[in-house]
Amino acid sequence: MPRVSFLQGNEAVLEGALAAGARFYAGYPITPSSEIAEGAARRLPALGGVFIQMEDEIGSMAALVGASLAGAKAFTATSGPGFSLMQENIGLAVMLEAPCVVIDVMRSGPSTGLATKPAQADIMQARWGTHGDHPALALAPGGVAECFDLTVAAFNLAERLRTPVFVLSDEIIGHMREKVVLPDPGELEIWERPRPSGDPADYRPYRPGADGVPALGPLGSPYILHATSSMHDERGVSANDAPTAAATIARLVGKVRAAAELLPRPEIVATGPADRRVLLVAVGSSARTARQVTLDHPERGFTLFRPRTVWPFPEAELSALVEEHAAVVVVEMNTGQLVREVERVVAGRRPVAGALRSDGEIITPEEVWDVVTSLRGRG
Amino acid sequence: MKAVERDYLDYIDETSLPLMWCPGCGDGNILKALAGAFAALGLRREEIVVVTGIGCWGKADDYLRTNAIHGTHGRALAVATGVKAFRPDLKVLALMGDGDCATIGGNHFIHAARRNIGVTAVVANNFNYGMTGGQYSGTTPAGSKTATSPFGHAEDGFDLCALAEAAGADFVARTTVYHYKQMERLFAEALQEPGFSLVEVVSPCPTYFGRFNGQGEAVKMWRSLKDRARAVGPEGAGGKPGPAGSGGPSEPIVTGCLVRRRRPSFAERYAEVQRLARAESGEGGEPDAR
Repeated sequence: MPRVSFLQGNEAVLEGALAAGARFYAGYPITPSSEIAEGAARRLPALGGVFIQMEDEIGSMAALVGASLAGAKAFTATSGPGFSLMQENIGLAVMLEAPCVVIDVMRSGPSTGLATKPAQADIMQARWGTHGDHPALALAPGGVAECFDLTVAAFNLAERLRTPVFVLSDEIIGHMREKVVLPDPGELEIWERPRPSGDPADYRPYRPGADGVPALGPLGSPYILHATSSMHDERGVSANDAPTAAATIARLVGKVRAAAELLPRPEIVATGPADRRVLLVAVGSSARTARQVTLDHPERGFTLFRPRTVWPFPEAELSALVEEHAAVVVVEMNTGQLVREVERVVAGRRPVAGALRSDGEIITPEEVWDVVTSLRGRG
Repeated sequence: MKAVERDYLDYIDETSLPLMWCPGCGDGNILKALAGAFAALGLRREEIVVVTGIGCWGKADDYLRTNAIHGTHGRALAVATGVKAFRPDLKVLALMGDGDCATIGGNHFIHAARRNIGVTAVVANNFNYGMTGGQYSGTTPAGSKTATSPFGHAEDGFDLCALAEAAGADFVARTTVYHYKQMERLFAEALQEPGFSLVEVVSPCPTYFGRFNGQGEAVKMWRSLKDRARAVGPEGAGGKPGPAGSGGPSEPIVTGCLVRRRRPSFAERYAEVQRLARAESGEGGEPDAR
């Protein structure tokens, strides 16, 4: 029987991780994510899983890579300062193709900033935080139920594509409580990493399958793994030639690009009259403010465009909507990150404005409405 | 009793030879002794996981036919911790230089020893960063000349063995690349320890450290390792060892097993955590994910 629960976002993330089959957590305590670590410490050992609090977030992410290659569905949770420390070994997970999930419960920065207050200022850190060319896959829950759903989706994508996947939550989503219907384990669709078959002597750990993803036997299996953070050939042995490097980067980036149809779709809700409609773009808790604007002004036409997948950015879906709208307003708790991506997609076809706030307080519907009316005045 | 008689070459990828290390480097000796210890213990290739860091000795995985993960600089022990925590049945090693282990990865080193996780750290200590041109590391002795201490180093180096002992390692040993038999034996002993084990291998870097400090050619440096070694008994008889040394040709290098004790390992303690958690949850527990 599905269970009806009243959970915090952070608790729902943990439920989603366990339902997806997570059996390893390595992390370091940080507000506002620590409930996830504490829950993992309590729940994993009874499932035969392992929780370990590492000496820092650098070591946490490194341990995740090790446990993942050892066969675990592995995850961690953190916030901005810890996410920064993890970036080094997020790159390692990309290069070694070690599936893992990183929950970033975003808080206000820079540095220690407003350590207990919300922000959405890690959107670009999620995209470009680790060095070098790499793919990025980040999901953004808009409420507690989606904390469960998108954490399950994050594990599924991480395993299927063998790449790190981020869940970009924020302090508001992480700490608020809402009703969640937790499905029976059998109801969920769970994906596993590709496993090797055939003669172990012929196994090449980095030979891609049809979808560009190589098969991975857990450490200890007859399929011996050689994995290296250096550029490498199909054997997983370091190779420094340009053609190998070009092909490897193209494959790492391409396997995520090619998976577009597997990614959670944006929520698109149109309200009010069809003329001179304004397109509101927002993720996470800011999308809740944007939704309130549409409810407060039923006389005005709005479309709320809420990406559930932030990276890769759903540009085709957004682009298709632009021309039936008079203007675009991006609502986010930072000084302007998502708005740049939206401007790139809109490409001058319509005016784009940001309703931005970066003082640790949630944006109010009135503030968004002021931006909407200022645009309408111009239009 | 061993099912199959094994040879060190069973673990070596001969297609990757010749070795990339400089003439006179000791890393090749460490590699052979390590493979020799695998053979002596009759280990299967698939049950061994070698995690390496970045640096000259960090390239060792290129020559191994065991499982190998070549990770990031200083993080070998943290990656190895993840492997061993989830798969305590595997033999997990971290191969690091003094830059990896004693410098950028120092935090992971003391915490791996503290949690007594069953990883064997094999540290090639040549007192400088060979791969990047001979800069000073966390074990470089005061006064030594390196690419970044041209007037003599203004800091003392760590005594890695003393650090590991203080942090809680169950097994701590030191040897040199010259003492091949002792090195192979210490590796085999370390690999059988349930808790954290360290084998520090003093190694010459004739290309940089030796040249910068007037220690002569490779042969002279190797001979110096032979002459300076002072073996202690298996339980550390012979007094507390000092730093591995390399500052002067007369400074002794205390070798042998320096610490051997038996604290509960991480695997043993966490198995108890899992038992208590299962009992409290009233669940038989889901089938083990492993």
